[in-house]
Amino acid sequence: MEITFNGKPREIQAGISLQEFLDQMKLDCMQVVVEHNNNIIPRQRLAETVMQTGDTLEVIHFVGGG
Amino acid sequence: MQIKVNEQDHTVGTNDSVGKVRDRLKADADLLIVNGFPATAETLLNDNDQVVLIRRGEIPDAEELDALLTARHTPGVHGIIKGSTIGIAGVGGLGSSIAIALARTGIGHLIIADFDVVEPSNLNRQQYFIDQIGLPKVYALRDSLKRINPHVRVTACHLRLTPHNLEEVFGHAQVLVEAFDLAEQKVMLIETFATRFPDRPIVTGSGMAGHGPANTVQTRQVANNLYLCGDGSTAAAPGTGLMAPRVGVAAHHQANAVLRLLLGEDPVNEGKV
Repeated sequence: MEITFNGKPREIQAGISLQEFLDQMKLDCMQVVVEHNNNIIPRQRLAETVMQTGDTLEVIHFVGGG
Repeated sequence: MQIKVNEQDHTVGTNDSVGKVRDRLKADADLLIVNGFPATAETLLNDNDQVVLIRRGEIPDAEELDALLTARHTPGVHGIIKGSTIGIAGVGGLGSSIAIALARTGIGHLIIADFDVVEPSNLNRQQYFIDQIGLPKVYALRDSLKRINPHVRVTACHLRLTPHNLEEVFGHAQVLVEAFDLAEQKVMLIETFATRFPDRPIVTGSGMAGHGPANTVQTRQVANNLYLCGDGSTAAAPGTGLMAPRVGVAAHHQANAVLRLLLGEDPVNEGKV
């Protein structure tokens, strides 16, 4: 199924959760903010949130320093 | 016609000069400002102009001070922002500079939170002084902010922010500034605040280490209510330190994004949100 990932169309496996997607992309959930269909999803809800066709996903990676 | 002089309403003759108004209201003023910009005595006034008359070296009373501190502001800005409350999470290199910029701008209420104390290694980029070493940063910063602008209300919270106390600390913040050091802490703060207050903007910083070009530090909208200032990638790491110039660039991107949000303007592009 197709979703929009960081502004671009992307084919992903049907029925996978946000956590599974991050794992496949080798993204560390401790260092990314995940916005799913305009809502920021806290990390403890990543595993229970399953993606649907047409979803919009933004994954923002953070680096240290401040 | 009606004008404002040092924030008070006054009626003056049509096309009176600034000098004439000065002679009538504050003859010893030697700095004349009209609509946020220095003017000569011959400058002719228009209806609704905002005039500030300053006597250099004079310490004004508290009421007048508020008007004089903001004499160089773009007219109309001060009235909006002095009623605003901003939360700043972390007052290190980013947060201390952001707080000072916002205090100088005349923000009504700043809530600052940090668990740390001032250390010598902070002074290469953070807005503290040698005589503040050992003090909790939030108290040292509160003292400095009061010296800059006594009209800014500062709530200083000396604590470690967690998902459990975030709402209590920043429940009144219209905009939250993320100014932590560690990536994991940045993510924790954003997730927690955005989940609890999805309609309130967050201005975050990521990627300002080293001494790469200042022009790679940008303000971007990265999610619905999340604005990110930085280059997005240059982490503080062995071999890449944090230094005042580039951290300051990112901090002032963040402060300007806050100001634009309060004024209803888009932090990234010209125009309204």
